[in-house]
Amino acid sequence: MQTLKMALKSIGSNKLRAFLTMLGIIIGVMALVILVSLVNGATGSVTDTISSLGSNMLTVNVSDNKGAPVHLDDLRTWMEEDAIGNAAAYTKESFTGKSGGNSDSVDVYGVTAYYDTIQDLSMMLGRFIKSTDIENHTYVCVINETLATELIGYTDCVGKEITINGVKFTVVGVLEDNDTSLTSAFSSDSLVAYIPYTTLVRLSETTTLEITSFYVSAAENGTTDQAEERITKILMDRFEDDEDAFSVKSQNVLEDTMSTVTSALTILLGGIAAISLIVGGIGIMNIMLVTVTERTREIGIRKAIGANRRVILQQFLLEAVVLCMMGCAIGIGLSWAILRVIGVVVSSLSITFKMNLNVVLVAVGFCFMIGIVFGLYPANKAAKMKPIDALHYGG
Amino acid sequence: MGKIDKKREPDKKETLISLRDVCKNYQIGREVIHALDEATLDVKEGEFVSIIGPSGSGKSTLMNIIGCLDIADSGEYILDGIPIEDYTEGELAKIRNQKIGFVFQSFNLISKLTAEENVELPLIYQKVKRAERTRRVEEALKRVKLEKRASHYPTELSGGQQQRVAIARAIATNPSLILADEPTGNLDSVTSKEIMDIFHELHRTGHTIVLITHDNDVAQQAERSIHILDGKITEVRR
Repeated sequence: MQTLKMALKSIGSNKLRAFLTMLGIIIGVMALVILVSLVNGATGSVTDTISSLGSNMLTVNVSDNKGAPVHLDDLRTWMEEDAIGNAAAYTKESFTGKSGGNSDSVDVYGVTAYYDTIQDLSMMLGRFIKSTDIENHTYVCVINETLATELIGYTDCVGKEITINGVKFTVVGVLEDNDTSLTSAFSSDSLVAYIPYTTLVRLSETTTLEITSFYVSAAENGTTDQAEERITKILMDRFEDDEDAFSVKSQNVLEDTMSTVTSALTILLGGIAAISLIVGGIGIMNIMLVTVTERTREIGIRKAIGANRRVILQQFLLEAVVLCMMGCAIGIGLSWAILRVIGVVVSSLSITFKMNLNVVLVAVGFCFMIGIVFGLYPANKAAKMKPIDALHYGG
Repeated sequence: MGKIDKKREPDKKETLISLRDVCKNYQIGREVIHALDEATLDVKEGEFVSIIGPSGSGKSTLMNIIGCLDIADSGEYILDGIPIEDYTEGELAKIRNQKIGFVFQSFNLISKLTAEENVELPLIYQKVKRAERTRRVEEALKRVKLEKRASHYPTELSGGQQQRVAIARAIATNPSLILADEPTGNLDSVTSKEIMDIFHELHRTGHTIVLITHDNDVAQQAERSIHILDGKITEVRR
């Protein structure tokens, strides 16, 4: 306590120098806190956007059905489960689509009802595939905007007929090409048609009524994790506890990629900030060395009247640490103010820049460490002085 | 403070300082300087001894050794029954803190601390409790008649006042020995007299004082004078 008072007093006796010394630490802390908080804020908003794209969806693939294949009825049963919202089977094949004189390769999805809900597809015109279409194996299709414009020539084509793999289908709905939708991000240029799953079974030789892949969404008041846990349990029971027989994946590939990118970014920026903090620390060491030399006589007096090495070491070390921590506190305060200002300036972007508590803790810890590491050498130099040499220094 | 005020019986005096054949050599270039050459000296408790010698005679070295600021190359030094030579630096610091009160020619106060805080410093190092510290500081300052200047900084005090603060600092720890190195060297004759009066007063109340000086008048005021020349000690009895 007494030592702390002494340290504060000695820092206070040369305020300008103390401030200039702290400046390195202040700038370093500000760089660290602001950059990391900005990256986190931006990541937060991007992640929010991604999860609004329907990433509450699970993709299930069955590779080995062990004699108990999944049928459409099973999906219907599972949809009754509390944790599970909707389930929709899908399979994808490629056929030639024709309309009038145009023909092109079309990605044909055999789907069941609720596929549009799970995938968050939005209709431009007409309706999506319904349960009755599945039951009756009707030859109807829902096409995307690209197919409508490229094959038919116009989008207002509900009721038109197109030929897929030589079979006539009635267009019952046109989907909006949603630029932000997850699937369209990968397939915006392809021609896509959705037909009832059961109809595709008749059309194709490879697709059977044994469903191998389907989507599951979480219940409205539940989480994806709960849905994942439930569906995994159901499938484990069904497939003799063989977890290799199927896979349940949450659709957060983008989210995962984002977090990988941002954590890399955070480390990079944090590293740069850490370097500036170390530079600040060297500044502190430099000033502490000067201080020790300047105060050689004082050290001599203190030693003569009974200060031992430890006391002197403590005094100078504490001074360095206090200097660091004061710089750290000022840096954090300024970062907070700057983040507030940035928050106001970009408030229209719906991005929130909050000060990240973890990074503040890291900054405090790092500053403390720097204070110790860079204070130790000068303090040790002071502590090792011989009392007579110090007493007669410069006079 | 009862301990300080305790007057010791003259015939029961114990030996406080005992130097036996102490040598200290310095090497400057190739030349070895015998700063102390087989110095032998005894100071008893309650004595007022002056050590006189011209500059370069080895008196600073003697004072450093007596004050445990330096260690002799050879010989034996016993302070208050403790043989000094085989102590570590940390232990020496403790001995200086508890047994010796220094008064320097150039006062050696810490300029950033007030008179009070300067006096308090050795007590802090001794880990004395706050209340006790405040009491002792007050008493020490009262003895040098500076209680009214307690919160002044050294730069706000005259040379004589600064030296009185230094004396207060020296006596605050209640040391066995007050070691004064040219305490009047930087002061005019009037102030010197004031300071010497304080030393006489301290001597009267039972303190052991070793005063180092090159000034014969000052040296004469002590009970005993010891001459030092070229590292050799000779006793002057009056």
